[in-house]
This record gives sequence, C-alpha cells and structure tokens, in this order.
Amino acid sequence: MESEKFDQLIEEAREGDHRAFESLVRQTYADTYTLAFRLVGNEEDARDVVQETYLRAHKGIQKFRGDAQLSTWLHRITANCASTFLGRRGRDRHEQLQDETDVVDDHPQRDPAQRADLGDLRSHLVEALMHLPPKLRAVVVLRDIYDMSHQSIAEQLDITESAAKVRLHRARKRLRERLYPLNDEGDLEGGADEEDARAM
Amino acid sequence: MQCETVSLQLAEFVDGDSNLSLETGRHVEACLRCQAELAQYRKLLRALTMLRDQYVTTDASILDELLDALRPVASVHRIHRLHHRNKKAAYVGGIAAAATATAAAGAFVIASRLAGRQRLAG
Repeated sequence: MESEKFDQLIEEAREGDHRAFESLVRQTYADTYTLAFRLVGNEEDARDVVQETYLRAHKGIQKFRGDAQLSTWLHRITANCASTFLGRRGRDRHEQLQDETDVVDDHPQRDPAQRADLGDLRSHLVEALMHLPPKLRAVVVLRDIYDMSHQSIAEQLDITESAAKVRLHRARKRLRERLYPLNDEGDLEGGADEEDARAM
Repeated sequence: MQCETVSLQLAEFVDGDSNLSLETGRHVEACLRCQAELAQYRKLLRALTMLRDQYVTTDASILDELLDALRPVASVHRIHRLHHRNKKAAYVGGIAAAATATAAAGAFVIASRLAGRQRLAG
C-alpha cells in the first residue's frame, strides 16, 4: 500500500505536480543527505550537494522511467553531484584529493580484540571512512554501502570501471589496516577473527 | 608466495569480484595470517553493508532549505507549463477556427451554386 502511494506520488511528480515532488523530497531527503555526507565528509558541503541533487531531480523527474527505484536514481544523481562538487573543491584544495594521501592511524594502540563486536566496529568504521581520501571513500561508499554496480560508479564519478575497482580495493585495504592494525609481532589479534578464519 | 602480494587480491576477492589463482588459494589455505586477513575483510564488508540503514542525523532546517530552493524552480516550471498549455490551446483554437471558416466558406459556395441553378431553372 505504502509502495503504491509512493508510486502514485512519483507519477504525479512526473506530470508536474510540485506538491507530489515535495512529498517525495520529504520522504527521501534523510537518505540522500546521508549519502551526500558520506561522500563529501562534512555537513555544509553535504547540504549543497543535496540541494543540487533535488534541483537536478526536479528537472529530470519527467525522464525518470521507473525501471529503477527512485532511491537508486537519487543515489546516482547524488554521486554525480558530489563528484562534481569534490572536483571543484579539489581545484581549490589539491592536497585533499590525491589518491595517495596517507591515512594516518591516530589510534594505533587500540586492541582489535576489544572491538570485535560488530556494533563497535561500525562506529570505528564511520570514523575510518572519514579518514579516507574523498576519491577512495566515494567508491567504497557507493559499492559496499549502497551496492551500486562498478559500471554505474564509473559513470557517475566519470572514471573508468577498472579505475573504480582499483580505488575500491585500495580503500578496503586501508580501512582494514586502520581497523585491524598489526601488533608488534606482526600477528593479527582477535579471537573472533580466528574463529572467522576457521569458518572460511 | 608473500603475504603482502596476496593482501590486495583478498580485498578484491572478498565480495566475489574475482577468483583467487590456484597458487594464491593454496597459500591462503596454509597461511593463518592471510586467513585472518580474509576474515577481517569479510567482517569489514558486513559492517559496511549494515551502515546502509543508518542515517546521518541533521537538523530539520535542511528540509526547509531544500523546499525553499525548489519553490522558485517549481514556479518557473509552472509558468513554462502554462505557457506551453496556452500555446497548445491557441494552436488547437486556430485550427478549429480555420476549419470552421473553411466549412462556412464551403457551405456558402454550395448555397450560391444551388441558388444559381434554381434561377436558371426558373
């Protein structure tokens, strides 16, 4: 029923009903803002990206065919707007956008065994994501959180598919290294990890 | 085979994007360190997936800002639509008027001819 109402709103918005479009904005902005924030890394820029996203969505809603979910369509627009935004910001602040920017671990003393719990891992993960360079972060967010295809990521970020894959693997490696730093002996700690390893 | 060589391949292998080569697979089977690393990647991916349902909170002013930004665009859009609709109405009206005029002219010609024939017959 909810889904039918939502589809009805989309149809009305496509026909030019601005109130229907506003209702869609109300229902989707939290999700769009979350993605924008994860891509650009701060509230102020995320607000700009969200605004640009909905302006583009308003302009293009008539072309929305409904063969993808509205959320997927909005994610693509958000990714594209964020990419444009980061590109612009990069021209002003070059050092933040280099792929090779080192991710410094501010907390090397943390024991992974103490944060084996997934909930705990999640909060550290959010922090670790924000420490990734924006170009790496964008790919891992779109692929591993929002389940976007490599092809779609490449299109929205205006890079090749193979570049998207390389960035993804680098990003995952950096996140893992940050979340599970090696101890002095070079062994990996954490009973849960060894359990997982045995369950492989 | 060195664990360092395997490391990046594990980041690729973990979500099934690629298969491990036979040699790498054998190494991982025998190497506890690489097995633990793979387990960490899997846990990392699970945690990332779980973030999908976790929204970043923001104050409600963002919605007001958004709706404010969209209103002028909607007005312009409405004006365009009205203009388009008016143009369409004018076009249809023009065709209708032309058709009526043609029909009236035709009726007049036919009536004139009939009147002429009646005069000749009389």
